[in-house]
Amino acid sequence: MAKQKDNKHHEPLFHIVKRDDMPQWQAWLIRVCTIIIGFLFVGLLSMAITEKSLGDTYEIMFSGVFGRLFEGSTTMLWKYLQEIAILLCLALALTPAFKMKFWNCGAEGQALMGGLASIFCMIQFGEKLPYPALIAVIVVTSILAGAVWGVIPAIFKALFNTNETLFTLMMNYIATQIIAYYVYIEGGGSNVINPVAYGNFPAVGNNDYFVNIVIVAAITVFMYIYLKYSKQGYEISVVGESQNTARYIGINVKKVIIRTMIISGALCGVTGMLLVAGKDHSINTSLVGGQGFTAILMSWLGQFNPFIMVVMTGIVVFLRLGVAKVADTSLLNSSFSEIIVGIVILMLVGCEFFIHYSIKFRHSKKEVKA
Amino acid sequence: MTKQPAIELKNITKTFGKVVANKNVNLTAYRGEILSILGENGSGKTTLMNMISGIYFPDEGQIFIDEKEAHITSPKDAFTYKIGMIHQHFKLVDVFSAAENIVLGIEDGKYNLKASTDEIKKISEQYGFDLVPEKKIYTMSVSEKQTVEIIKVLYRGADILILDEPTAVLTPQETEKLFSILRRMRDDGKCIIIITHKLHEVLSLSDRVSVLRKGEYVGTVNTAETNESELTEMMVGKKVDLNIQRTEPKNTQDRLVVNSITCVDRMGSTVLDNVSFAAKSGEILGIAGIAGSGQRELLESIAGLQRLEYGDIFYFDPKTGKKESLRDKTPMQIRNMGVRLSFVPEDRLGMGLVGNMDIVDNMMLRSYTKGHSMFLKRKNPKDLAMKIINDLEVVTPSASTPVRRLSGGNVQKVLVGREIAASPTVLMVAYPVRGLDINSSYMIYNLLNEQKEKGVAVIFVGEDLDVLIELCDRIMVIGSGKITGVVDARNITKEEIGLLMTKSKDDGKESNNG
Repeated sequence: MAKQKDNKHHEPLFHIVKRDDMPQWQAWLIRVCTIIIGFLFVGLLSMAITEKSLGDTYEIMFSGVFGRLFEGSTTMLWKYLQEIAILLCLALALTPAFKMKFWNCGAEGQALMGGLASIFCMIQFGEKLPYPALIAVIVVTSILAGAVWGVIPAIFKALFNTNETLFTLMMNYIATQIIAYYVYIEGGGSNVINPVAYGNFPAVGNNDYFVNIVIVAAITVFMYIYLKYSKQGYEISVVGESQNTARYIGINVKKVIIRTMIISGALCGVTGMLLVAGKDHSINTSLVGGQGFTAILMSWLGQFNPFIMVVMTGIVVFLRLGVAKVADTSLLNSSFSEIIVGIVILMLVGCEFFIHYSIKFRHSKKEVKA
Repeated sequence: MTKQPAIELKNITKTFGKVVANKNVNLTAYRGEILSILGENGSGKTTLMNMISGIYFPDEGQIFIDEKEAHITSPKDAFTYKIGMIHQHFKLVDVFSAAENIVLGIEDGKYNLKASTDEIKKISEQYGFDLVPEKKIYTMSVSEKQTVEIIKVLYRGADILILDEPTAVLTPQETEKLFSILRRMRDDGKCIIIITHKLHEVLSLSDRVSVLRKGEYVGTVNTAETNESELTEMMVGKKVDLNIQRTEPKNTQDRLVVNSITCVDRMGSTVLDNVSFAAKSGEILGIAGIAGSGQRELLESIAGLQRLEYGDIFYFDPKTGKKESLRDKTPMQIRNMGVRLSFVPEDRLGMGLVGNMDIVDNMMLRSYTKGHSMFLKRKNPKDLAMKIINDLEVVTPSASTPVRRLSGGNVQKVLVGREIAASPTVLMVAYPVRGLDINSSYMIYNLLNEQKEKGVAVIFVGEDLDVLIELCDRIMVIGSGKITGVVDARNITKEEIGLLMTKSKDDGKESNNG
């Protein structure tokens, strides 16, 4: 029998089978292992390029993130938390939209518009308004600006079913050009706006970033509760899972799309405000610096859970700052850091494959006894 | 004459995650015979056939074709082994003609539609198909499309044909015609395997029956030596009482009156054409028709999900006796008017439920808006979920399991349970037992009968005419969006309903069934 075997078709070596029965702890074990492997990889790669020892590499990375923390200096730690806060805030802003399966790729532009509103108020009303009123105006206009930039694609999606991915993406370019124009006008052709002294968030205990961090911490808790325990959050889930079901039970799908994008855009606007009023006190076109896109991944990797997103952004920002320091000490340029972060994120995304699929090697088949 | 085994399966096992779809299945089909694969939904019939036709690859076990071991890794491999499968859902290009679809994907380096058409005509004549090769798919009826699928595999020279639930979409007349063609193929020496869960078809068509139960092979019997109750017992594993208790309707009153409604779909073609009928309290109104004749649109119109072009829908409130129009109302408005309308849609996980949510959150779909709080209250939905799990014997690890992980029968129990818990006065169900095992199906029939006894106006869209005739009080037949007749279910035969089903479509044209 075996000799007659048809040789045209061989047994495949392995095949891939979908699974959705992996227990949570096992899935997390895979993710944690991936992160460890990622860090090892980063260390080894840096070592190979910089010709420093593995221990030294990690030490440099650590110092790049935490500075002289052990000697009592917390400056770098606060900077690290601030960087997390910004990325996290953008990821939180995107999460309700993503949960609704509205692919908001416009966090960049929405944050820029929020930042523009802030700087505009700081420059225009800085001298005229008392400080509390100025802050109030900054907060309101930034939120509005972000919300408007977010709701325009939502309205088109709701009424004409336009593709929101392209629409939000295009809105980014418009926002960038508006900022460029504003900087040109305001900077008197110098393409730089000098830091504005008015309307800056107050420093708490010598710490410039404290307010930013507290605001984002509050948004994190708010978003968790909003998505999980509020009626609106429930509606977002239903619309995201199945628009037909939403229609069937009488949810006004258009209303939910528009409302959710107002929230998403508004939070992006808040991020822009944090960057301008709480950090840079100025603006330029690279204010957000591509973090609006990194935030998309953060939202996904955090599985739309705000608390997991805190961890994920923590890891990514650690890598970004740490590897930047490594690059710095070895006269590599900043792209090195971006490449490394990209690779590790790719690994994190890739490991989901092993959580959702298993690979079956064709172990010796049961021989048939004739 | 000794029988030639065409295909043999030995110890075939296939698992999907934890689910064992097939376990150590052994099966032999011979040339010149019709073998039925009988089993309940979820017993692994289709998975098994998909392994023969190259869509899945078995985890364990061997397949022998003409007594030689075969490794079928793709549908193309299956084709070189002369295996052809006709799927439940047709895989045709709508804007192509029949002939173009049939030659599609054949890589013999030449494309000669004229020669192919002649060849197709020859095959048609040989087995008695009615097919115009130049006809476009989108103008075809379901049975014509099926004919194209069958000729497609014959054209490729298949001599092992697998048909997956081929009669599910056919009228009784079309079914009979298909069977006579299959018999002719058998006499021509082909090996025909037909997957089904309809007992009477097995008995009237096949030579032998192989029974699967929960993925395992139970046994094979000669059709001539068996009967319905023995096969059912093999299929289910125990004796089942296959009777539906139908009571006489009491105190019937008009509850819902549909007054000459017309609807068009997105493409602008009329899907409901001047439909009028009344659903009465305390009776079950069956709706029969070929799939896609407007049943879905009809129910969705009533539920407020479909825009009406013309006509009106009136609801008679049983408490106040008031007559209210449901036209141009959203589902939310209908609910707020106090109309207790429950709807079990055809697409359970895509419309009635949210697959990724657990049972509690799915219960909440109907009630979450209640109260002024911004936040959700999960207490009542949770109690309801537990009650339904207990009362309807839903098999689930817990109330917090996503419903998509449940089996089809349990998903349907969750959905029907929720809709009945809203104590409706009108209950609409679309294909409520599709994909369900026999026990769950009978549980659903009993629930519907209970609702009828309570004075609910039940509207039942079904596909199995035997069930419609046994369960309903009146049957309304719909064909191409028109009502072609309303009949008394106690005095009607399947064949008569079958004729009504195709009536409007033919409107003077020759019937498909000759």
